[in-house]
Amino acid sequence: MPSNEWLLITVGAILVNNVVLSRILGICPFLGVSKKIETALGMSGAVVFVMGISSFVTAVLYKLLLAGSLHLHIGSFDAVVNLGFTRILLFIAVIASLVQIVEILLKKFSPALYAALGIYLPLITTNCAVLGTAEINASANRGILDSTVFGIATGIGFGLALLLFASLRERLEFSRIPKAFQGTAIALITAGILAMAFMGFSGLVK
Amino acid sequence: MLQTILISIAILALVGLILGAVIAFTAKKFEVESDPRIDDVLAQLPGANCGGCGFAGCSDLAQAIVLKGEDPSKCAAITQEACEAIAKITGKAASEKTEKKVAVVLCSGGNDKAVRNAQYNGILDCRSAQLVANGGGKGCRFGCLGYGTCAHACPFGAIEIRNGLAVVHSELCVGCGKCEQVCPRKLIKLVPASAKVHIYCNSLDKPVQRRKVCSSACLACRKCIKAAGEEHFSSQGFMIRINYANPPDESVVEKAGCPTGCLSREIDRRNENDLKKKETEA
Repeated sequence: MPSNEWLLITVGAILVNNVVLSRILGICPFLGVSKKIETALGMSGAVVFVMGISSFVTAVLYKLLLAGSLHLHIGSFDAVVNLGFTRILLFIAVIASLVQIVEILLKKFSPALYAALGIYLPLITTNCAVLGTAEINASANRGILDSTVFGIATGIGFGLALLLFASLRERLEFSRIPKAFQGTAIALITAGILAMAFMGFSGLVK
Repeated sequence: MLQTILISIAILALVGLILGAVIAFTAKKFEVESDPRIDDVLAQLPGANCGGCGFAGCSDLAQAIVLKGEDPSKCAAITQEACEAIAKITGKAASEKTEKKVAVVLCSGGNDKAVRNAQYNGILDCRSAQLVANGGGKGCRFGCLGYGTCAHACPFGAIEIRNGLAVVHSELCVGCGKCEQVCPRKLIKLVPASAKVHIYCNSLDKPVQRRKVCSSACLACRKCIKAAGEEHFSSQGFMIRINYANPPDESVVEKAGCPTGCLSREIDRRNENDLKKKETEA
């Protein structure tokens, strides 16, 4: 029953194993672009977009090249190799070029979206959460469709955490904070409390 | 083993090649044509990306000039010729460049003149020196700290630290205002380049107190005002400044005979420092 499976993957990725708050991946944009809800929304959109596509492409590559051993027959040349160890290298190259291509295409076909995402799109190239998602998919040996669903759900989880955090930080702007805690200090404490709150979901999916 | 290494290298190279080819193909195929005039205008701008115009760099300003009809003279560093060249590209009449402004550091308290009352061993940056009690060692709370934050900020290399004092080379300065923003003591002012005489003191202390911490402080004796006339100066309490809307003649330096020498020509101040430098080197 794939639909049931997908529901589990989705809920698991968004709430239980939230990429930011539970796996502690992608902290840099989490702290960097969470000052305003608008920018947080833009970043979340871009991440969902890129994570979905990159999960799909890396899963295809993984199934084709990396999972199990690769049999090569080229003329009289005959070899069996296992290329699993090149996983990270290959994924980074694929994600980086994918973001480039997506950027070029967006610029051409949807200038409005391109302008809205702005600097966040190229920044995602260096977002470890994207690589992390591809890695988790590969080590769990998920199928191509499962991986794509997981990628999109992880992106949504990232967006949820970012939006929650951004709205909390906007509220913090108006509250009276002791001088020693102002700025980044209180933001980090907030992030910690938010992560603890998400621990409450840990019993949801077995 | 060797086989695995070679094959993995070959496959990774192949994947890289394919990805590169795909990017190159999409970049060419889906290229967004930008206005060619933007590049032409960009070539005329100074290219220092100082941000003095209020845009995020020279290319941003070039885009605004071509697409939004922004005035090229927004750029503080632009020359009149470049202004005309841009006018030719955009087909608009060249606007008269507004009068050139240069930065001036309103302090003359170098190491030989200002009293030091503390040893500062922190980060050699005015902004961090300003944070510690007493602000970095010099006795005067308002004077130049001399750790060169402005010199580092200047994209044109126009500020030099000599003898613990920031000195602006006005022929290199384009008036972008970067130094003005970073100076923690707000000593740097943008003034019209035609003004050649300045009062190099920015202290808000009483003159007696100023005298104790610096031998070239302004004593507010008003000799300069008497010599050149009220209209060329502005004075508030004990703070006397040049009225830059109507700067006095250069000869005011001789006429007034400033007792501490804090009223002086810009060029004299640099030469004096040059002589000091040579003496200390010799």
